[in-house]
Amino acid sequence: MNTKTLSKLEKILASGNLAVTSECGPPRGTDPEAITKKAELIKDHVDAINITDNQTSVTRLCSLAACIHLKLMGIEPTLQMVVRDRNRIALQSDILGAASFGINNILCLSGDHQQFGDCPQGQNVFDIDSMQLIQTVRLMRDEGKFLGGDEIKQPPQMFVGAAANPFADPFEIRVPRLAKKIAAGVEFIQSQCIYNLDKFELWMKQARDRGLINKVYIMAGVTPFKSAGMAKYMKNRVPGMDVPDEVVKRLSGVPKEKQPDEGINICVESIQRLKECEGVRGFHIMAIEWEEKVPEIVERSGLYPRPELDK
Amino acid sequence: MRLHYPSNIKIVKIPCTGKVDLIHLLRAMEKGADGVYVVGCLEGACQFISGNISARKRVEQAQEILESIGIGGERIQMYNLSSSEAPLFAQVATEMTEKIKEMGPNPIRLAMKKKAA
Amino acid sequence: MIVAEKKPIEEIAEEVKEFNKILITGCNECVTVCEAGGKKEVAVLASTLRMYFMNQGKDLTIDEITLERQCDHEYLEEIRNVIDQYDAVISLACGVGVQFTAEKYLRTPVFPGVNTCFMGVSEERGVWSERCQGCGQCMLGKTAGICPISRCAKRLLNGPCGGSTQGKCEISKDLDCAWQLIIDRLDELGRMGDYEEIIPIKDWSTERAGGPRKVVREDVKI
Repeated sequence: MNTKTLSKLEKILASGNLAVTSECGPPRGTDPEAITKKAELIKDHVDAINITDNQTSVTRLCSLAACIHLKLMGIEPTLQMVVRDRNRIALQSDILGAASFGINNILCLSGDHQQFGDCPQGQNVFDIDSMQLIQTVRLMRDEGKFLGGDEIKQPPQMFVGAAANPFADPFEIRVPRLAKKIAAGVEFIQSQCIYNLDKFELWMKQARDRGLINKVYIMAGVTPFKSAGMAKYMKNRVPGMDVPDEVVKRLSGVPKEKQPDEGINICVESIQRLKECEGVRGFHIMAIEWEEKVPEIVERSGLYPRPELDK
Repeated sequence: MRLHYPSNIKIVKIPCTGKVDLIHLLRAMEKGADGVYVVGCLEGACQFISGNISARKRVEQAQEILESIGIGGERIQMYNLSSSEAPLFAQVATEMTEKIKEMGPNPIRLAMKKKAA
Repeated sequence: MIVAEKKPIEEIAEEVKEFNKILITGCNECVTVCEAGGKKEVAVLASTLRMYFMNQGKDLTIDEITLERQCDHEYLEEIRNVIDQYDAVISLACGVGVQFTAEKYLRTPVFPGVNTCFMGVSEERGVWSERCQGCGQCMLGKTAGICPISRCAKRLLNGPCGGSTQGKCEISKDLDCAWQLIIDRLDELGRMGDYEEIIPIKDWSTERAGGPRKVVREDVKI
């Protein structure tokens, strides 16, 4: 496949290599070191780093600013953008801002409802939804136009991504939904973290049967469990998450000090299995507040060193 | 049966406690009654199916309102008995009267007295 | 209909405590159906307030009247001859009626007795739920008669989001996921193909965002 943008992530995916991305959450304050230190730990083991956008509706340093910090370090960022907090003017404006700093990857998301965060009394925006945001970025890039119809001076050249959650309900429309996002113009997908590999593989099979895997790069999301407690929490308290009992049992069956290691083992095993899944073009490793483990996961999964492609 | 029950009770006869509306309970208190109790059929035995259930809900609403304005929610009560249980009726009457005596007179009645003086 | 909820008695009492002659006006339509501001509720509020203030040693007069509606001139005119006798009005109509009363009777302070909530349905006695937010461009034909704007917490036009769990919204187990409902209905109607059509970006200018709205029918104006 040819590349359409300046995105390093796109280049790696297009070259046929398995891509590796990870994620950092910005701090709840103004110190950029909170991001730059984490990025420093993982930069040689990933192709791009996602920066979350006020995740779970908790107010944090904005994704755009954090991405700029990464860019200044020479690291490839992926701007996560939720439609919960900004109207179409602000969204287009931030896209221009990001592009002006050479930020070439964007992930278009709905965003968790503000009820979960620190400002449950706040308004939400949802002027456009995540599907329409995908369309918007493509319009800005490929036709060089704003939503209002005016021309953009020097359009953004962004590689457009979105999330997919094969584990949310209803399952029957999760592949049609993927098809819809592809029709809207999405170019890469990062899935919700996978613990139920059977279900994920089923979703992938359905995607293959519909001929979708040649139209989009699908990256499998993984998150290592730090403890059995974390597994139980995610199983019971996080919407759209599917953690099979066997996984919880496996972690609980191991003494507490050994649970983090077992969590990493499960993560690496998942990656090894998913490498064999046709259509999986890379891995998105979300090690929230455990970024120091990303290098180990990448290395043990046989994904290190990262390919060096000419820019 | 010529059983004794307190003489301070004014009885209002109705075909079914379902006919008692919230406003009736409140107006009684507004006019100075020290308490109101609603006596209906046993639950499940209402001749009109669920009149006594509606009555209980309204009694609860009245209790909440009176409590919230400082008059005392306990002044309104509901009792369920069958019409053949005369001794129970007398007992309930006595019980209610004792309860009200303990609570003291309706502050509204006192305020009205003051105003008239 | 418009669904409203009674304001707490303490709040209403606080608003009118300086007045001596108060008229409580009810409305015979929506607020009657949702048992917040009809004739019965007017009577109950009047009785409660009288007792509340009497208990505080305050002497005041509270009268009651229930109008057919408070959003049409003809019905509000019915109190024109008596309104000047009162220092204040508590209107149990929805926000529309409270405002119209205030617009008509400039010398009388008007206070709301209910909190106006939404346009909705009576699911059953005692349960009312939201169905419409008046976006001004009804698209119910595209979504099997279920509105994603008023029933999806994120008003997604191309839902569901990744938080939909067992048919419920991520924000509450008691809230149906609107998109689950839409998908189920499309399925029953044999129209799952509709699901894959991308619904375009909405024109919100006919909604609150575009400013206070007016409908004018030149063809019926006299």
